[in-house]
Amino acid sequence: MYCRKLEQRKMTNNQSPNRINTALQEKEYTTLNLGPTHPATHGIFQNVLKMDGELIISAESTIGYIHRAFEKLAERRPYYQITTLTDRMNYCSSPINNLGWHMAVEKLADIEIPKRVQYLRVIIMELARISDHIICNSVIGVDSGAMTGFLYIFQWREYIYEIYEELCGARLTTNLGRIGGLERDFSDIAWEKIKYFLKEFPAGLKEFENLLVRNRIFMDRTIACGPISAERALEYSFSGPNLRAAGVDYDVRVMNPYCSYEEFEFTIPIGTNGDTYDRFMVRQREMWESLSIIQQAIDKLDKLEDKTSYHANVPEFFLPPKEEVYTSMEALIWHFKIVMGETTIPKKEIYHAVEGGNGELGFFIVSDGGRTPYRCHFRRPCYIYYQAYPEMIKGSMLSDAILTMSSMNVIAGELDA
Amino acid sequence: MIELNIELLESKLKQHFNEAILSTNSDSDMFTIEVSKEALHDVLRFLKEDAYFNFHYLTTLCGLHYPDQEKSFGLMIQLHNMPENTRIRLKSFTNDQEPTFKTMTDLWPAANWMEREAYDFFGFRFSGHPDLRRILNMDSLEGWPLRKEYPLEDPFRKDKDDKMFGR
Repeated sequence: MYCRKLEQRKMTNNQSPNRINTALQEKEYTTLNLGPTHPATHGIFQNVLKMDGELIISAESTIGYIHRAFEKLAERRPYYQITTLTDRMNYCSSPINNLGWHMAVEKLADIEIPKRVQYLRVIIMELARISDHIICNSVIGVDSGAMTGFLYIFQWREYIYEIYEELCGARLTTNLGRIGGLERDFSDIAWEKIKYFLKEFPAGLKEFENLLVRNRIFMDRTIACGPISAERALEYSFSGPNLRAAGVDYDVRVMNPYCSYEEFEFTIPIGTNGDTYDRFMVRQREMWESLSIIQQAIDKLDKLEDKTSYHANVPEFFLPPKEEVYTSMEALIWHFKIVMGETTIPKKEIYHAVEGGNGELGFFIVSDGGRTPYRCHFRRPCYIYYQAYPEMIKGSMLSDAILTMSSMNVIAGELDA
Repeated sequence: MIELNIELLESKLKQHFNEAILSTNSDSDMFTIEVSKEALHDVLRFLKEDAYFNFHYLTTLCGLHYPDQEKSFGLMIQLHNMPENTRIRLKSFTNDQEPTFKTMTDLWPAANWMEREAYDFFGFRFSGHPDLRRILNMDSLEGWPLRKEYPLEDPFRKDKDDKMFGR
C-alpha cells in the first residue's frame, strides 16, 4: 500500500524530487487485525498489529473471547464437579488437568493414593503429554508449509484419543479419574492399545522427525524465529517447554514430584535460543521421554504385587459402584453424602502444581470446610506466558508471528479460563 | 535438593520490616507471610533482589475476598526460588473497599496480566500499572465478578431465582 502511494506520488510530482523525500520521512503504518477468528491462529486470539509492510512494529493482544468464569463457577460446585471445568482449559491434554485437579483435592483432604493408581495416572498423563505435543509440533509444520507431517502423525493422536475412550468413555473433554483414584481400572483392550501404541508409535514419531528436524527449509524457517532469552522468559514467568527451550531446566515433575515421578528416570530436554526451532525440538524430545516413562510405569506395575486397586479406600470421596448403591445401605449412604456434599474437608489452603502440556498448571484452593471451595484459582501457564507474545514478535515478519504463536502452544481455552 | 532456611528468612524479614510483617505461618503447604499493604512492594523487592533468598520467579497472583473479615480484600502472591526449589506465599489484606496496591510490573513484567486479572475480577487498582484495563470480561461489564456479593447467575435476569442453590 505504501509502495503504491509512493509510485503515484512519483508520477504526479515528477519534477520535484524534494517532495518525494518528505513523503518518505512520513511513515505510514498499516493496522492489521489478526483474529479474533483467523485460520492461521488456531483459536480465538486477536492481535492488532501495527505494520510497516510485512514488518511488525507493535502488537496488542486482546483476550477473553471464550472466557467462561471458571473460578466463579468453581466457588459454587462441589469438588468432584470441578473436574469438568478443568477439562475445558487445556483441551489438548485434558487428562493432565483432570488428574492435576484430583491430586490437588487429594492434597487438601490428605488422601494417600496406592502406588498402582499413581503409576496408572503417570501412564495417562504421559499419553496426554504426547498428544498435546503432537498437536503443537505438527501445527508448527503446517504453519511453516509442511502439511504432510501433520496428516501422518495425527493418526497417533487419534489413537491416543481411542485409548482415552477406552479408559473413560470420552475423547476430548475426558473428565478422567475421580478424587481418590480412577473411575475404573484399565480394561484389557486399553492395555492392548497402550502396548500397541508403545510398539508402533516410535516409528511414526521417527518418520515425523525425519521429515522436519534436519529439513533445510524448516530449519531456515524456524531458527531465530520468535526467540526469547532465558532471563526474559523467567521474568515473564514462562514455564514448561517454552521455558526449557530458552535454556532453563525447570520441570515440575522433577522439582516438586507428584504421583511418584521421583521414581522415574528421564531427562529434561533444554534448548539454547528459545526460538521456534528450540521449542519444537524440546517438545519432540519430550515425547521420547514420555514414551520411556510409560514403559517404565508398565514395568513398575508388573513388579507390583497389587494388581487390582484403582482407587484409594476413601468412601467419603470415592463414589461406590452403582450396583452396590442399589443393594447395600452403606453404599447408598456414602453415595448420598458425596452427592449432597456432606463429607468433611479440612479448612486450609493449598497450592498444587503439575507439569501440564504447556507448563506449570497450578491449582490454588482455599477451603472453608464447606462442600465447595471458598476460592479457587487456576494458574494457567498459557495466560501467563502469552503476554510476552507482542514482545517476541516485535520487529519480525507477519508469517513469523504466526509460527511463533503456534510454537508457543497457546490454547484459547486455557488462556481465557 | 536443599531448601532455603525458612527460620532465617523469617528473622531477616522481621529485622528488615519489623511491624510490616503481620504474621508468618508455616503450617500450610508452604511458608506464608502476611504483609501490610503499604510495605508489600518493598518486601517483594527485598525477596526478589536479596542474593540469598532470590525469589526471582513470580508463580502466580490472585485476589481474595472474605466479606466476614474486617480486612475483607486480599492479594495472594506466590514466589519461587528455582535454584533452591523453595516456594513462599505472601498475603496482604486491606479493609479498603476499593483497594489500591502498588504495581509489581516493575519487578516482574509477568505481573502485568495477573494484575489486570485481579482488577478485572476484584476491582483492585494497581498504582503505576502501565495499562490497567479489564482483560477477560467485556469492557462494559459492571461490578467485580469474583467478589462474593456478585451473583453467579446474570443479576439482570428476572425469570430465574437461584436463592435455593446458594452456599
